[in-house]
Amino acid sequence: MAGVLSDLDSVAKEGQVAVDGAATVDELRVVEAEFVGKKGRIGGLNRLLGNPSLTVDDRRAAGAAIQAVRDELIARVEQRRAALASAERQARLGSERLDLTEVTLDRPRGHLHLVNQARNALEDVFIGMGYVVAEGPEVETDWYSFEALNFPVGHPARDGFDTLYLNLGEPGTMLLRPHTSPVQIRVMQAQAPPIYAVMPGRTYRKDTPDARHNPNFQQIEGLAVDRGISFGDLAGTIDAFTRAYFGADIGSRLRPASFPFTEPSAEFEVACVICHGAGCRTCSGTGWIELGGCGMVHPNVLRAGGLDPEEYSGFAFGFGIDRLAQMHHNIADMRVLNDNDIRFARQF
Amino acid sequence: MLVPLSWLRDFAAFDLDPTELGRVFDSLGMVVEGIQRIGEGLDRVVVGRVLDVTPIEGARVRRTLVDIGGAEPEQIVCGADNVGAGQLVAVARLGAVLPGDFVIERRKVRGVWSNGMICSARELRLGEDAAGIMVLAGVPNGPSNHGEGEPGPLGGEDGTVALGTPFALAMGIEADVVYDLAIETNRPDANSMAGVARDAAAKLGIAFALPPARDVERTGPAARPVAVEAPELCPRFTATVLDGVRVGPSPSWLARRLTLAGMRPISNLVDISNYVMLERGQPTHPYDLDKLAGRTFGVRAARPGETVVTLDGAERRLGLGASPDCLICDGDDVAVGIAGVMGGASSEIDDATTAVLLEAAHFERYAVARTSKRLALRSEASARFERGVDPLGIEAAVARFVELATDLAGAEAGPTLVVEYSGHIPYRRPITVRTAKVNALLGTHLDDGDIDRLLAPIEYLSRPVAPGVREVTPPSFRLDSEIEEDVIEEVARHHGYDRIPLTVPRPAQVGRLTAYQRERRSVRDVLAGLGLTEALTGLLVAPGDHERAGLDESDGAVVTATDPSAKEESVLRASLRPGLLKAVAFNLSKRLDEARLFELGHTFPPPTPDTAPRPDEHEWLTIAVAAANGAADAREATRVWLGLADALRLEDVDLVARGDEPGMHPTRTAALSVDGRQVGVVGEIDPAVAAAFGIDTRVGVVELLFEALAELPRRSDEQKPISRYPSSDIDLAFWVDEPVPAAAVEHVLVAAGGDLLEWARLFDVYQGPGTPDRRRGLAYRLRFVALDRTLTDAELAGARRRCIDAVESALAATLR
Repeated sequence: MAGVLSDLDSVAKEGQVAVDGAATVDELRVVEAEFVGKKGRIGGLNRLLGNPSLTVDDRRAAGAAIQAVRDELIARVEQRRAALASAERQARLGSERLDLTEVTLDRPRGHLHLVNQARNALEDVFIGMGYVVAEGPEVETDWYSFEALNFPVGHPARDGFDTLYLNLGEPGTMLLRPHTSPVQIRVMQAQAPPIYAVMPGRTYRKDTPDARHNPNFQQIEGLAVDRGISFGDLAGTIDAFTRAYFGADIGSRLRPASFPFTEPSAEFEVACVICHGAGCRTCSGTGWIELGGCGMVHPNVLRAGGLDPEEYSGFAFGFGIDRLAQMHHNIADMRVLNDNDIRFARQF
Repeated sequence: MLVPLSWLRDFAAFDLDPTELGRVFDSLGMVVEGIQRIGEGLDRVVVGRVLDVTPIEGARVRRTLVDIGGAEPEQIVCGADNVGAGQLVAVARLGAVLPGDFVIERRKVRGVWSNGMICSARELRLGEDAAGIMVLAGVPNGPSNHGEGEPGPLGGEDGTVALGTPFALAMGIEADVVYDLAIETNRPDANSMAGVARDAAAKLGIAFALPPARDVERTGPAARPVAVEAPELCPRFTATVLDGVRVGPSPSWLARRLTLAGMRPISNLVDISNYVMLERGQPTHPYDLDKLAGRTFGVRAARPGETVVTLDGAERRLGLGASPDCLICDGDDVAVGIAGVMGGASSEIDDATTAVLLEAAHFERYAVARTSKRLALRSEASARFERGVDPLGIEAAVARFVELATDLAGAEAGPTLVVEYSGHIPYRRPITVRTAKVNALLGTHLDDGDIDRLLAPIEYLSRPVAPGVREVTPPSFRLDSEIEEDVIEEVARHHGYDRIPLTVPRPAQVGRLTAYQRERRSVRDVLAGLGLTEALTGLLVAPGDHERAGLDESDGAVVTATDPSAKEESVLRASLRPGLLKAVAFNLSKRLDEARLFELGHTFPPPTPDTAPRPDEHEWLTIAVAAANGAADAREATRVWLGLADALRLEDVDLVARGDEPGMHPTRTAALSVDGRQVGVVGEIDPAVAAAFGIDTRVGVVELLFEALAELPRRSDEQKPISRYPSSDIDLAFWVDEPVPAAAVEHVLVAAGGDLLEWARLFDVYQGPGTPDRRRGLAYRLRFVALDRTLTDAELAGARRRCIDAVESALAATLR
């Protein structure tokens, strides 16, 4: 009996030293197998219990002692394993350290053209107001661009458009559209009222490029034709649009103007987006910025679109998207919009 | 138009604050583009004489002593180079507040006390000259303190002024406000002081009066008969002789008014003509009667190539346009002026003129507009005629001219000869105006009385026809008013645009982009996500740009502009490539490592029989990628295409190698083909083309007829079940003959793999040591899976065999 216990004692001590001395989880696994495994040395001590010299009590006591030592060693192994695993995890994580500020974007995203970003935003506002988006060809006839819009041949207001005519068909009949208004006629021809459409698109005028003019630019127009459309509807729609697009405090106002395709006509202004109406350099101290033209569709234009002005009335409005983007982003020189400079595009 | 407030007060008692009055003009559509306050800030500015100028050591500025009428001269430091002893100058005394809130205070400059400032014209807002101080004309010989001697305007008859006299008083500057108004084309009435006053007075509800000229007895000689051969160009013409005139400078009140209105005083008769035009809107032209052959006029259309030297000294060629130019001739039928635009030099008024033949007429507005445009010659007269001058206001304007010429130039006027062709005179016809229409179009609730009340002060005559219906006759000075809507605009203007209640119509339709428009947006977003930046290049390019891009630019292959403003923008683009290549070159020249651009836009190849005369306009998508290190080549372009095709769920778009695509690299380009129809290309720009655009690296390109997108086959959007059973991979590597495209191998594998094949993917291309001649190694990974079971080894082995056999039998390929 004493032999068994002394063996047990020494195995226990050896086991403790071995467990404490295991430097890695793998080493610990070997130690574990050696001492507390199925064929381990502590298990081996059980065989000694078969010694016939032992009484039943001795055997029971020795068995209990062995089991206690084994339990203790197993606990020790688990403890050690946890410590080692933790240390190893710490070491591994430590070695995985990354400086995330070293990371750069391999492939930066691209950017939509600033004017098209503005165009999308404008379209979205009007879509929200129940409008559809209509389009038309960029090379147009004189009829769609002017005559149908109540600019008869020789009308002085044509001069303001600096229209580029093309060597196509009869001289003076084909042109690059100087405004998106031809689409108004196309929409009226294509569908019966009610018509609620905006018409964005590219336009061209023979302007000399400068800080506020580009020959290539985009416009957006709106057209509503229905029974009983009024000037109040026009004013209300423009005000609803400016508040939706620029912000709730950016209202609008109309003042009399003259355009061949509308009667009555108006210029519309928005509260200055820089100073919110207080008066600043951008708005020349007036608190207002001129945005575009609008009015009630001229009866001749309704007729050109195949509609009876006694049955239907409508309003139309239009403005330059480039100019809007210029105002919105405080762009000193509009020519940058035509450079397609990626360094510029990246800013937005 | 520059409009002095003092002049407007001739016609109505405007006592509103000038800024408030400006708002009234704005609300009427006469937009105030500027307000100049004359005489502002001159309160403590006086006339002084420089007595002495001495340098300050080490400084550019100098010390002056200036007598400003005080007991002692003032010491003032002055930086102007032109200051000198003896000069008469404008001195801002301490405490003066110059225009722009510039306060004059005692201060030390370079160690010397300065007790005021000697002013430049710019500092007093009297001119643009800021180069030096303003040196005043005239010699002061009065005593140097107030109360003795009579100060008078400088340059006046005795030329004296006491030092210390307020500058404004000495210069005869009267406080005034000058509005710069932008007048719309449909407001012919507002091109005159009286017209502006009438409109504003009506809005303010104050009395307006344009008194007729004093009736002058016409004792002078009568004008000789005038032949008007072109009544359609000149329906009314008048001629009046003014004899015994003395040409000289205008009196200061008249000269000042013209100056404030932006016109330069010339001589009394010319100034009177301008004055009458500004006051009433009717241009007139005085000719030297003695310089007119036959002492008379004729009016006719110019003959082709006929010339006249106009008052500005330029020789003008006429009669060459599509429409006639109207001329004023003398008795010998020689042109002496361009009707409604500018008089001729040959009969110009000069100091020796003693008799004048005054022309005052109505010229057809569009004819004047076309002539003026053709000659690129705009004048105050042509601008007014273009917009439509009152055809019935001529006699009143002539009477005003006669009155002023009698008073100011001693003229003896003869009777006014009138030639008119009533059939050509643009009369205003009565317009039926319905109250219900007014309210429907405006969204107002006006009644008959409101409408009459708004129209009466602007002289639209309203006659009730029935309740809610009236006949309105516009005044003869409103040639623009032709239809009911024109009258409704007048009602709206005077009612006030800002008083019309805001309403928002809500359409019953659903606002939405079309499928095509949604796809366009999504393509843009996908491409931006792939690192591409959107470009918008010009619709026009320079001659030779297409050819440089390797595209056909022979006669008839591109559309050109008739009258471009610049050669660089004279050819309509038939492809987006030239513009994008320029943009790529631009960005690379800015030292960017990469230029990855795309454009979605219209191209305009010449008409086809189906489209003529319209060009063959189509919407294209073109992508151009370039990297300084050459990495953005045809393969990179293909990657972009694959990314786009995947995002759009395109399928069955084949890449078919093409060696003859214009402008493209012959061995690195493929057609995008659907069922044998080419819808675009992918590949690389021909290096020679890139070089021609100044690009010394490879440029990958994808080009797609965007409109074709709608017709391209798409992957079904019905869901395919995903297996819950384990999948197995088989790797197969083949030696494949060089001309066989990898896509062909993949097609065969996909077909052979059958339903069990989830996907086949090329994962390696080998051309290293051991590669058989003219072959390359292509390695594929095939993933097999069944929906209802785990595949057995036998099934996999069978699939493997089928795939190998299929490739080897269908293609020039062997298993590696």
